[in-house]
Amino acid sequence: MTNHLNVVGHPLPKVDAWDKVTGQTRFADDLVLPRTLYCKLLRSPWPHARIRGIDPHQAQALPGVFAVITGHDLPVKYGILPVSQDEEALALEKVRYVGDPVAAVAAADEQTAEEALNLIEVDYEPLPAIMSIEEALKRSDVPIHDYGDNRNVHKQVSLEFGDVDGGFAQADYVREDMFYFEGNTHLPLEQHSSMATFGPDGKLTIWSSTQTPHYLHRALEKTLGIPRAHIRVIATPNGGGFGGKSDPFNHEIIVCKLAIQTGRPVKITLTREEVFYAHRGRHPVLMWIKTGVKNDGRITAMDFKSFLDGGGYGSYGVASTYYTGALQTVTYDVPAYRFRGLRVFTNKPPCGPKRGHGTPQPRFALEVHLDKIAHDLGLDPYAMRRAHIVPDDSMTINQLHVTTNGLGQCLDAVVKASGWAEKRKPESAWRTTHTEQGEAARTLTSERGAGNATARPGAEKQPYSLPSPATRPRGIGLAGSSYISGAGLPIYWNNMPHSGVQIKIDRGGGVAVFCGSTDIGQGSDSVLAYIVAELLGIEPKDIRVITADTDLTPVDLGSYSSRVTLMTGNAAIEAATKLRKILFEVAAEKLRVPPESLSAKNRLITCEDDENRVLPFVEVVQMAEARHGTLGAVGSYTPAITHGKYKGSGVGPTPAYSYSACIAEITCDPETGEYTVDKLTLAHDTGKAINPLLVIGQVEGSAYMGLGEIMMEEQVFRKGLHKIPSMLDYKSPTTLETPEMSTILVETLDPNGPFGAKESGQGPLLPVIPAIANAIYDALGVRIDEVPATPEKILKALELKARHEEPRIGPKRIPDYAFPPPLKVPPLPLKVKEASPLVTR
Amino acid sequence: MLRLPPFAYWSPRSLTEAAQMMAAHGPDAMYVAGGTDLYPNMKRRQFEPKHLIGLRRVPELNEFSAEHGRGFRIGAGLTLTQVASHPLIRQVHPALATAAALVSTPQLRNMGTYGGNLCLDTRCNYYNQSYFWRKSIGFCMKKDGDICLVAPGSSRCWAVSSTDTAPGTIALDASVRLVGPQGERVVPARALYRDDGMEYLAKAPDEILTEVIIPPAKGLRSVYLKLRRRGSFDFPILGVAVALRQDGDGTVRHARVVLGGVQSYPMECDDAEKMLLGQRLTPELIDAVAQAAYKPAKPLDNTDMAHGYRKKMSKIYVERALRTFLTQ
Ligand SMILES: Cc1cc2nc3c(=O)[nH]c(=O)nc-3n(C[C@H](O)[C@H](O)[C@H](O)COP(=O)(O)OP(=O)(O)OC[C@H]3O[C@@H](n4cnc5c(N)ncnc54)[C@H](O)[C@@H]3O)c2cc1C
Ligand code: SF4
Repeated sequence: MTNHLNVVGHPLPKVDAWDKVTGQTRFADDLVLPRTLYCKLLRSPWPHARIRGIDPHQAQALPGVFAVITGHDLPVKYGILPVSQDEEALALEKVRYVGDPVAAVAAADEQTAEEALNLIEVDYEPLPAIMSIEEALKRSDVPIHDYGDNRNVHKQVSLEFGDVDGGFAQADYVREDMFYFEGNTHLPLEQHSSMATFGPDGKLTIWSSTQTPHYLHRALEKTLGIPRAHIRVIATPNGGGFGGKSDPFNHEIIVCKLAIQTGRPVKITLTREEVFYAHRGRHPVLMWIKTGVKNDGRITAMDFKSFLDGGGYGSYGVASTYYTGALQTVTYDVPAYRFRGLRVFTNKPPCGPKRGHGTPQPRFALEVHLDKIAHDLGLDPYAMRRAHIVPDDSMTINQLHVTTNGLGQCLDAVVKASGWAEKRKPESAWRTTHTEQGEAARTLTSERGAGNATARPGAEKQPYSLPSPATRPRGIGLAGSSYISGAGLPIYWNNMPHSGVQIKIDRGGGVAVFCGSTDIGQGSDSVLAYIVAELLGIEPKDIRVITADTDLTPVDLGSYSSRVTLMTGNAAIEAATKLRKILFEVAAEKLRVPPESLSAKNRLITCEDDENRVLPFVEVVQMAEARHGTLGAVGSYTPAITHGKYKGSGVGPTPAYSYSACIAEITCDPETGEYTVDKLTLAHDTGKAINPLLVIGQVEGSAYMGLGEIMMEEQVFRKGLHKIPSMLDYKSPTTLETPEMSTILVETLDPNGPFGAKESGQGPLLPVIPAIANAIYDALGVRIDEVPATPEKILKALELKARHEEPRIGPKRIPDYAFPPPLKVPPLPLKVKEASPLVTR
Repeated sequence: MLRLPPFAYWSPRSLTEAAQMMAAHGPDAMYVAGGTDLYPNMKRRQFEPKHLIGLRRVPELNEFSAEHGRGFRIGAGLTLTQVASHPLIRQVHPALATAAALVSTPQLRNMGTYGGNLCLDTRCNYYNQSYFWRKSIGFCMKKDGDICLVAPGSSRCWAVSSTDTAPGTIALDASVRLVGPQGERVVPARALYRDDGMEYLAKAPDEILTEVIIPPAKGLRSVYLKLRRRGSFDFPILGVAVALRQDGDGTVRHARVVLGGVQSYPMECDDAEKMLLGQRLTPELIDAVAQAAYKPAKPLDNTDMAHGYRKKMSKIYVERALRTFLTQ
């Protein structure tokens, strides 16, 4: 095999691009079956209440209503994590947030279903609502659940690695900071939607916008009491997920139950408001960090505390809690580390995994904290980070194996491309030569046609149109980060593969690839096609990819934790390599050359030493089928991870860490506190870009999402209710707020990745948030130690600065919670050689 | 998805027919133009009219005329896109063209009308919510309840005037023509509004706003500035329209300063206007005028962004609006 790649590494269209751009893709809500009934859920108006009784009789009697069910019809509890089986599809005894479903109706149409909901009588006994971390810890007399590590504490963690106190003693400088990251939600354009049918054969089928069909399969078996062999879960293409479709959801279980009861297809599509209640988004996290450093910025010890506001149910929360403390160590060398974290229950929609799952909050804290340390020590924040990068093939103090680390290259790349060194200087001309160009560019791109309605250009995007340039400070900020390429362990304990791929070759040369993975827009179907096409020497178009159907496709654990490219990619390599071997053997015999001399490309199998010895792919396929019978092969992948053996060591390990860096340039308006992000320079170590276009798309999409989080997005509550559950009022940036982005891909060829590839779907979000926060400081000299950093907060900080008070907005204290004494984990020997799985470079 | 409540849709072809249809259905009927305000509200059950009388095909509403020396007459049925892109409006009354251009998104401006914008329901983030949400928190007096959730204890509703074009329209001293079963009348635009979040229009429900009459500019110059979180989509949480007529030496002879988004009606700042008359603009005067203008602004915590912040911004925005006249 030559090292020359014909498909992998090329900027090809996605395999589903034509369907998407012509509107042919069928999302769950596009599906229609004859006799379909429509489901609506009755949701709790109380944040916290006991259910004394539900009377569905009147609703049942309404013409057009086919079924009404309550918690008694679905009494089995479930939850994504085995340790947090705390959800009921319909609340039985208690509701735990406004929006918690208590009853469901299946009716001939949505209007009738809606009408029926109004006829269901629920008798509630309201309980005090717990709406914050502090309250949850204080009100131990109001338990939201009857399980957990402590009253209203779902999970607490206390770990210590290496000699932390000793590390602090060696430090030249020690700094402590506190941060708060407000929660936010995924906001996928597609609302959750599911349709179920139950056939006369006693078999159940559900089409659903889920990122995790396999876990849904298990939850349905558990809650419905039907063997999985009789349940078929088909994940429809997701119109965005971002982690918001990774739990098994109550509405999914409910439409199945209603389909069983009525014998008719039952469908539900959540309203946008209901998506805000389904949530599972970014946890609000309060953080405290203390770091000891040498004068050159080398870290000697770090101590970190996190307090997560989990909402009403467990969801992925135990993992989220660990993730807030896991990846601090894989970027810059941390020789001693203590982590204490807890997650409380509150009466809000449950939080869970959102792009970056549990790591953007601590990454924000860490990168701003390091920026402050750099300023305190008079160091260049870039140079300080650059000097202490965790080396390749090393073991961190908390026992995470870093195979390849491209953070140094990423930092170098963004520093060079952005002109960091020059712009950072206080006297740099860049700081004052902003203005009209940027404005004009914005105005031109913004709302064409109407943009020139005023005499003055620039009026479209106020308010920068008026003050003189001297009052518009610019700032530049930098941050680095890391993320996992797939969790090392599955959600439930088992020793089976994480990903399976099956390939079948047709006599006509068509190749079908079957895999349980779910394309949520990230391009996982395409990656399968590229990899198989590469290895068999055919075109992606010759391949039909069939995914996310539990009847047809081998298990893949799902589209979460950035695992899909790496894991399905490796499984696909294994399956395709088996078939290629068969094809090469048959071809070699016919051509009378050794199989090693063959290569596959352009739908031909060619002898590299003699190009005249060549056979068309189809011919070889037919010869092979004649010889061996039907052509098919399977491949699977299980991460070979030697993770630590301490309790909690399962969260953090991955086959490969991705790395990212970002430099943000902003312009501020000190009179209003507003700022525009002018430019983001991004670099991402993706190992190997299987398709650079898709990777750049993921990097920029992530950056856009991070931009929204730092600038404006917040899932906030008032009087027990979500304050702004609509796409108009929950502010998420438009194209007008989205800056120019320049993306550089760094390839480190990780030994564990398919063709060397690592993730790119989540990691690039992480550095954007702290980079912008650091840029605000650079521009205005104020610290916003909270996410989002809104104009109100900036203005307040500027007022503090003017009054010569500490120019900072952020938390001033953390709860004084008595964590259990840390579990002391001794360091592992520095290097652990592990059996690398398939390596194909 | 949220569904519209059932209703009958009527499509009159003349003003007379529209008024007749309204008379026939009485309080069960409402007018609808672009529907960009009304339909979302109907989905959330703020309104459940049994009959909608569509104004799109009423020719009298879709006219524009500019006669020399007689100002502009702008049909209420013109879309915001039409108002924003009309060369004469842009040239002569930038405050109005800008305001129309800054409404919401291009798609909504293609549907939404000038008349609908002037009649826009007042907004409050306790009110612009689904039926489920409002029921959960407890209904407020603007719809289905009898208390105010923003200002408990208040006997009135403080929902916010959020129309982008009203401040400019008032600042231009425009009038509106209202046609109802009782006949027609022309009233100053400022008299269209009432200081009441619920009964925010001084117009009978059966009256149609047919056109806006803008007097000749005669050297009047105007500007509109809008505060919102994002560059698109968002309603104004503050709108500032300023119109001035100045002598050759800069002396202000006529002044209008109107604030949107700070009260239940577009607030004209009389004090500020008086301070400007007979003066030339200086940074000191601008500062004093802005001070006077922002004092009566009374944002409450019922829109996007903190109300204290919005109050502070009213001063900055008035200042900035006035400063444009220094550089023009
Ligand atoms: C996402 C979103 C963002 C928005 N952003 C903005 C914004 O930034 N700024 C802003 O000002 N508005 C905004 N709007 C509101 C709305 O789109 C505009 O105000 C639009 O101009 C309303 O006009 P319309 O013709 O669609 O009104 P309609 O919805 O048809 O009517 C609105 C009201 O006026 C009445 N009405 C309409 N025409 C007449 C008439 N000729 N005579 C008598 N009564 C009449 C109707 O009965 C109804 O009560 C937004 C709306 C949405 C959905
Ligand atoms: S101001 Fe008060 S009464 Fe008016 S809509 Fe808001 S909450 Fe309701």
